[in-house]
Amino acid sequence: MKLLVIEDDDETGEFIKNGLVQAGHKVDLTDNGQDGLYLATTGNFDLIVIDRMLPLVDGLTIVRTLRASDNRIPIVVLSALGEIDHRVAGLNAGADDYLVKPFAFSELEARVGALLRRVTPEGPETSLCVGDLEMNLITREVGRNGKSIDLQPREFRLLEYLMRHAGQVLTRTMLLEHVWDYHFDPQTNVIDVHVSRLRSKIDKGFEVQLLHTVRGAGYKLASL
Amino acid sequence: MARTTTFRLTLSYSFIFAVSLGLLAFYFYWSTIGLVLRETDEILYSQTQALSKVYRKRGIDWLAKSLSVRAKVNQKMLYQFSTLDNRPLAGNLRMWPSVSPSEEGWVEFDYLLPGTEEYAPARGRVYPLPDGVQLLVARNVEEITQIKKVFNRSLQVGLALTLLFALVGGIFMSRRVLRRVSEFTASTGQIVDGRLGERLTSRETGDEFDVLARHVNEMLDRLETLVGAVRHVSDNIAHDLRTPLTRLRNRIETASLGATDSVKGELEASVADADELLRTFSSLLKIARIESGSYKPSFERIDFAPLIFDAADLYQGLAQEKGLVLMTDCDPVIFIYGDRNLLFQAISNLVDNAIKYSPDGGAVSLIGRRDGDYATVIVTDAGSGIPENEWENVLERFSRLDQSRSLPGSGLGLSVVNAVVKAHEAQLIFEDNSPGLKAVVKFSLVG
Repeated sequence: MKLLVIEDDDETGEFIKNGLVQAGHKVDLTDNGQDGLYLATTGNFDLIVIDRMLPLVDGLTIVRTLRASDNRIPIVVLSALGEIDHRVAGLNAGADDYLVKPFAFSELEARVGALLRRVTPEGPETSLCVGDLEMNLITREVGRNGKSIDLQPREFRLLEYLMRHAGQVLTRTMLLEHVWDYHFDPQTNVIDVHVSRLRSKIDKGFEVQLLHTVRGAGYKLASL
Repeated sequence: MARTTTFRLTLSYSFIFAVSLGLLAFYFYWSTIGLVLRETDEILYSQTQALSKVYRKRGIDWLAKSLSVRAKVNQKMLYQFSTLDNRPLAGNLRMWPSVSPSEEGWVEFDYLLPGTEEYAPARGRVYPLPDGVQLLVARNVEEITQIKKVFNRSLQVGLALTLLFALVGGIFMSRRVLRRVSEFTASTGQIVDGRLGERLTSRETGDEFDVLARHVNEMLDRLETLVGAVRHVSDNIAHDLRTPLTRLRNRIETASLGATDSVKGELEASVADADELLRTFSSLLKIARIESGSYKPSFERIDFAPLIFDAADLYQGLAQEKGLVLMTDCDPVIFIYGDRNLLFQAISNLVDNAIKYSPDGGAVSLIGRRDGDYATVIVTDAGSGIPENEWENVLERFSRLDQSRSLPGSGLGLSVVNAVVKAHEAQLIFEDNSPGLKAVVKFSLVG
């Protein structure tokens, strides 16, 4: 995938670029808003990572300009401004995700991955499938290798989110935000218990483990 | 109100007014009515002296003649002489007064006006003469008595009115002054409660209260700047440390990707430590942001029950893993005004603590109740609890009870709860659950 990173701090910019290149993407890096806006409108990118405060043209202005010209490209805004209203302003401007600086690279990588996946045409899906694990979204039935798995409503949502982003690392914060719909910092890794319960339901007794823990980052559902 | 300074001042002033009025009245009396009375006495005195001389020189017949002449000249004058046992001998007064005279011979009495049925007041002087005779010279004092009566009545009414005005005025003034004072008390009360932004209202009239308000406000401005500066410094430290720490964490993470298994474990543990530190910093910054009121714009009307049930749902697994029973219940349709993410943060911190400090196999409960005009969250555990004298302290940043130091945690959990509670103008109350702790958060309901 071809990504554009607009970040005025050289070190952070290089760091993001290197990380994303290592993750297998082609990355263009620019350090000011003017060039950034030019590249964003002319270059054919799959996703843009924009710092909020940029010289010449402000990050949110770029987002608004792109959205005003009906450009639907996924955008992740990075910002040192972490207050809720800043976050809301960023999302209202048309950004798809908002990450507060400083952030762990794995968090950015996971979010970029989740957004890139969304680009692939979705269509009205009726079922999800990862390896031999199947989920029927209409009847809300889950089964693996012909064996039915009984899930609680929350476990179903958790698995659905994992399956929709199969093969990607999902951080604990992302799980909290998307499955529980709360933006908060738990004192303990309360998510881990839910994931391990889900794991015991879908992986127990099977040779191939689907739900993986990615140390220092989060979780990943994959059949490999 | 009777205990207020202004009311006491009013009473003192009323008293001083009354005394001044009394003195004024006395002077007025002395220089008008008193003057007339003194003149009357002068006349009576000189006439008795003159008549006694006539009696001594010319005898009793001359005296009688002289009396009748004088009585004709001045109708207001009354004369009589009599034996010592008050038998009248001569004079224009028909009867000797029944009132006995004073030592100096002064006597006041009523007499029947000649030719009428009416009595009139008179003042006279009795003067003993030689040979068992006594002389009475008196004067009709009806007019002066009338004036005296009017004067007395005016004085009484005047005094009563003065006191009345002084009291009513005093009460009015007290109310006015008290209103300003109670305004000040309300404002300062809020400041004491931690709302440093509150200010005393100034009316721009330039009176003493305005000067006081201005000075107190200036003082508060300085205090607020200082408090802000201290907080700013610590927030900046947290903020500025976060960036290099994140960079460090990311470098270690990157390094661990290509590391051999023996180093990898150590590096991953270092990442976990860095994450713990970052979590502490972000809690500190979160508290700072909550306290600065930057969440206020996102406040909205929130249904309480989903928060309670979601938190219970989220922590149910953690509780079961520890062998605890997490009981939950919530009254329906409780609405409060707030930020759902912050409220969820506070509730989950309380539940997290309850689970953390419960002995294995104990019971933890999370309950939402509608209690009169309040919505309450009640979180109980059966752990070792918090001693009553520590209830205030545990809300301070980084405060941890000795017995909990071995457990993981930053010591910021309850500080975050406290900041959220304050931002929502709610109350956090600890109670002894014997055994264990009962934490109650009271929010105001909204319709």
